[in-house]
Amino acid sequence: MLRRQTPHRLLVLMGWQTPKSGRSMTEHNAGVARGNAPLNELLLAVGQSRDRQAFAALFDHFAPRLKSYLLRLGTDAGSAEELVQEAMLLVWRRAETFDPAQANASTWVFTIARNKRIDGIRRERRPEIDPDDPALVPPMPESADVMVETAQETKRLQAAIASLPPEQAELLHLAYFEDIPHSAISSRKGIPLGTVKSRLRLALERLRKVLKEPV
Amino acid sequence: MKAPTHHPSDELLLDYADGSLTEAEALIVASHLALCPSCRTAVSGFEAIGGALLEDVAPTTVSSDARAAVLAQLDGAMTGPPAPRRVPASSVQAEDLVLPQPLRSYVGVVAHQIVWNPVMRGLDELDIGLDRSAAPKARLIRIRAGMAVPQHTHRGTEMTLVLSGGFQDDMGHFLRGDFAFHDGSVDHRPIADRDADCLCLTVTSAPVRLTGLVGRFLNPFLQF
Repeated sequence: MLRRQTPHRLLVLMGWQTPKSGRSMTEHNAGVARGNAPLNELLLAVGQSRDRQAFAALFDHFAPRLKSYLLRLGTDAGSAEELVQEAMLLVWRRAETFDPAQANASTWVFTIARNKRIDGIRRERRPEIDPDDPALVPPMPESADVMVETAQETKRLQAAIASLPPEQAELLHLAYFEDIPHSAISSRKGIPLGTVKSRLRLALERLRKVLKEPV
Repeated sequence: MKAPTHHPSDELLLDYADGSLTEAEALIVASHLALCPSCRTAVSGFEAIGGALLEDVAPTTVSSDARAAVLAQLDGAMTGPPAPRRVPASSVQAEDLVLPQPLRSYVGVVAHQIVWNPVMRGLDELDIGLDRSAAPKARLIRIRAGMAVPQHTHRGTEMTLVLSGGFQDDMGHFLRGDFAFHDGSVDHRPIADRDADCLCLTVTSAPVRLTGLVGRFLNPFLQF
């Protein structure tokens, strides 16, 4: 389990001013003590006061990650950089709608990049619910259906993903970094569909426990 | 309203959250999410996993030109198209809410204004033109109260979301918000409840295959 120190905002930012490519995962994970809180604060600062410095820091943190994400999904380098730019401009424009009680900055940026890719590469719309739709069925009061993502959750999820058995972690990465549904992972990897499903379910079960754990 | 009791599988919700579903499949999953708070929670969790994986990924250098270009565009970026205006809840009639978003905007009209195409007695459909011939097809179907869809199985997969009324088949009883997933292993004959027409959204990856005695003769005439 990763031990978190209270991250010093400035140090964190400086550590990510000049991201280097090709760093190994371990080096990268162990390198800097970061919670998601500073990222949430930066994004809030952009949403509330159009803070350009905060946005520049978000760019330096997220843009190199988004580029890797898009490259892993098979986007060519030129388009990847273009999409990163467009996604980051959306981050700037939509920052007002960011609500840290619903999702962490990383999660929020992930959804923006995911949708941008569907829109830009696949040329498809991304059907999504409208949270203000009067037809939307609200959660029952006091049900467990409201997920509150805390600032620490991304960190806890990262630790949990790192501790997954390799065959589960592999499938999870394929799910998020390949533009194919789980049924196609089966034929791509020559793993029976039932095995793909059961490994994914086991991984999701484990990670879901992390999300439900009290902090 | 009672919460749905038949849900998409976790793997399907994961496919939705990680962005690998086709538009038609994502449309039916998103329409279920509008009616199902517990699946919305599951998808939020899967998106959080996406956020954690994004943090974990080894960064790739972005050119300083790209960075400078974005920072230079920040002022202009605010003058983009305004956010779509939302319809205030009070101005919407209950019967207009049979189709939740995002389905409502895909169909373009509310449920009672739909112009149906008859398929056979008791069964009408409306193709939701996503204009992608190779992709799965999304359509609304209406089974008249008490009527049955002919016995059929599926060459590919069929996802069904009940929007109003209900139907019964071997897998159970399905009401508004309920999601059914069928593949070639299921041979079924859904029957609409007797008290009301059953309105569903279906997404099929290949034509259905009629298996009943009469239906087998109809197969060549069924359009995908």
